[in-house]
Amino acid sequence: MTARPRLVGGFVWGLAGVLLIALLWEGYKFFGPADGVSIGELRVLPRTSDLAMPHLWDMMARLVEPVTRADDALPLWAVVALAALTTLGIAAAGWAVSVVVGIGFALLMQRWRLAEFGLLPWIVISQTVPLIAFAPVVKSWGSRVEIGSFEWQDWMSVALIASYLAFFPITVGALKGLQSPDRIHVELFETYASGYWATLIRLRFPAAVPYLLPALRLGAANAVIGAVVAEVSTGLQGGIGRLLIQFAGQASGDPAKAWAPIFGAIVLGLVAAGSVALLGVILKDYRRTEETA
Amino acid sequence: MSDHIPNSAIQNNQRDTLASVDAAAVEVRGLDKHFETASGIVNALEGITLTVAADEFVSLIGPSGCGKSTLMRLIADLDTPSAGELTVFGKTATQARLDQDYGIAFQQAGLLPWRTVAANVALPLELHGVASAARRTRVADLLHMVGLTEFADRYPDQLSGGMQQRVAIARSLAEQPRLLLMDEPFGALDEMTREKMQTDLVRIAADTGAAVVFVTHSIPEAVFLSDRVVVMSPRPGQISDIVPMRLGAAAGREDRTDDLREDGAFFEMVTEVREALHGGAADQLGLEARSARGVDSR
Repeated sequence: MTARPRLVGGFVWGLAGVLLIALLWEGYKFFGPADGVSIGELRVLPRTSDLAMPHLWDMMARLVEPVTRADDALPLWAVVALAALTTLGIAAAGWAVSVVVGIGFALLMQRWRLAEFGLLPWIVISQTVPLIAFAPVVKSWGSRVEIGSFEWQDWMSVALIASYLAFFPITVGALKGLQSPDRIHVELFETYASGYWATLIRLRFPAAVPYLLPALRLGAANAVIGAVVAEVSTGLQGGIGRLLIQFAGQASGDPAKAWAPIFGAIVLGLVAAGSVALLGVILKDYRRTEETA
Repeated sequence: MSDHIPNSAIQNNQRDTLASVDAAAVEVRGLDKHFETASGIVNALEGITLTVAADEFVSLIGPSGCGKSTLMRLIADLDTPSAGELTVFGKTATQARLDQDYGIAFQQAGLLPWRTVAANVALPLELHGVASAARRTRVADLLHMVGLTEFADRYPDQLSGGMQQRVAIARSLAEQPRLLLMDEPFGALDEMTREKMQTDLVRIAADTGAAVVFVTHSIPEAVFLSDRVVVMSPRPGQISDIVPMRLGAAAGREDRTDDLREDGAFFEMVTEVREALHGGAADQLGLEARSARGVDSR
């Protein structure tokens, strides 16, 4: 009954937000000083030249033009979309790995307190290692992996790095969720002489859903960021990360073009987070609470 | 201890020795329970001896901290006694739990919010591998019994507190247990709903012939429902009196209708339980005065 107006309301507010950013961009470009704003040596606001800040309509117009001057060149948006899809696929693979690993860790830590004390600090520390530090290491290790006919592909390194960034929120969320059932429910299952697995499937997992969904969404966003950064630092071709670097290099001659992969990355993140939101719609019955309506 | 001699208990003890098939529903002998807390050891229960016959309705009543809920948790094997003997149908409490000899209902309904009413009632059946066709018939029967047939597909958050509690009671009856353990199941309900639920429970208990251990802090509730009322006193938790209910014509469970609530015998029994309770309470006041600086045992 109230779902529809709220949906429309959300859409309107979202659009208003985008419009506000567009206005700020064009407003500053119009009114701001040509050389930007500097405090001493440090420039805190950019120059307003077309090179530094192309007009939004120029960026949009550039999207529909061919990517290069070659005769068979695709339009820029199509190239960006293809790259974004490639990255999305890699990020999805990384996300899937991180879901398995994250929930696996959470299960271990929920079952044995000792595992929680032993593992959790390391899991937290793991996230303080900068991605770009170990991306090349993963790539070089991966290139040596060869099991039978299976050969490690470069995209797998990227997916692995993406999963490294994504498993953290999923682990923490899943652990909190698995530990969330009320005492009364845990004791009820005890009175049913229900074993570990039966309790896990019928009580702990369903109860974890409200905690898991935001964690999975955060994980999806992290997987996308991880994939893009890993593409850049391992130099993988075909993804949006590579396009970001490549088009940024051409920015002096074609400033609007450099913005296209940035838009691509934004859409990519939205699609990734949106897919998980869809999961939340499917699992909506698990987000109920016992309280009387 | 008591000047009311629980006849049924004696009979049961005799039967006990004959065959374990006839074992009392609950047999408690010299039971102690201590909790270790940061501020020292709390004697939640001390020297509890009680027998509940196989078809008997027994209420545990007493002020907060008298250990009535603790006693029920021990019977349910959710806690282990510190000392003493406890058997349920002649078995250890753990074995009785594993054999699913009892059904349980708590003060909160404790329904799983993501399951419909029907699926909540089906939960114990599902966990114990009852085939889905048999499950459906049983759930339909149970929901009919508690008058919630048309709510089968609703979710707990769409029900009132009283309805949720009825679902919980249907769930506790799902496997036709020979013993029902109920920890203030009507405590959170309004008076109207409460009386209706009491009448329903008496009828259900009569229909199924199950023994019931019912924890409450309401005297009229205990009198209305029970064959015997066990009066407990706190610090340490002890049984101070066991009062058999002599309700004249309405002694049989089938005869306990709302009329009983206005019956003279009913008020006599309420008075008797109140006096038993306050006798204990007076002692407790003295104790509290002496240990005024002592810690709360709860």
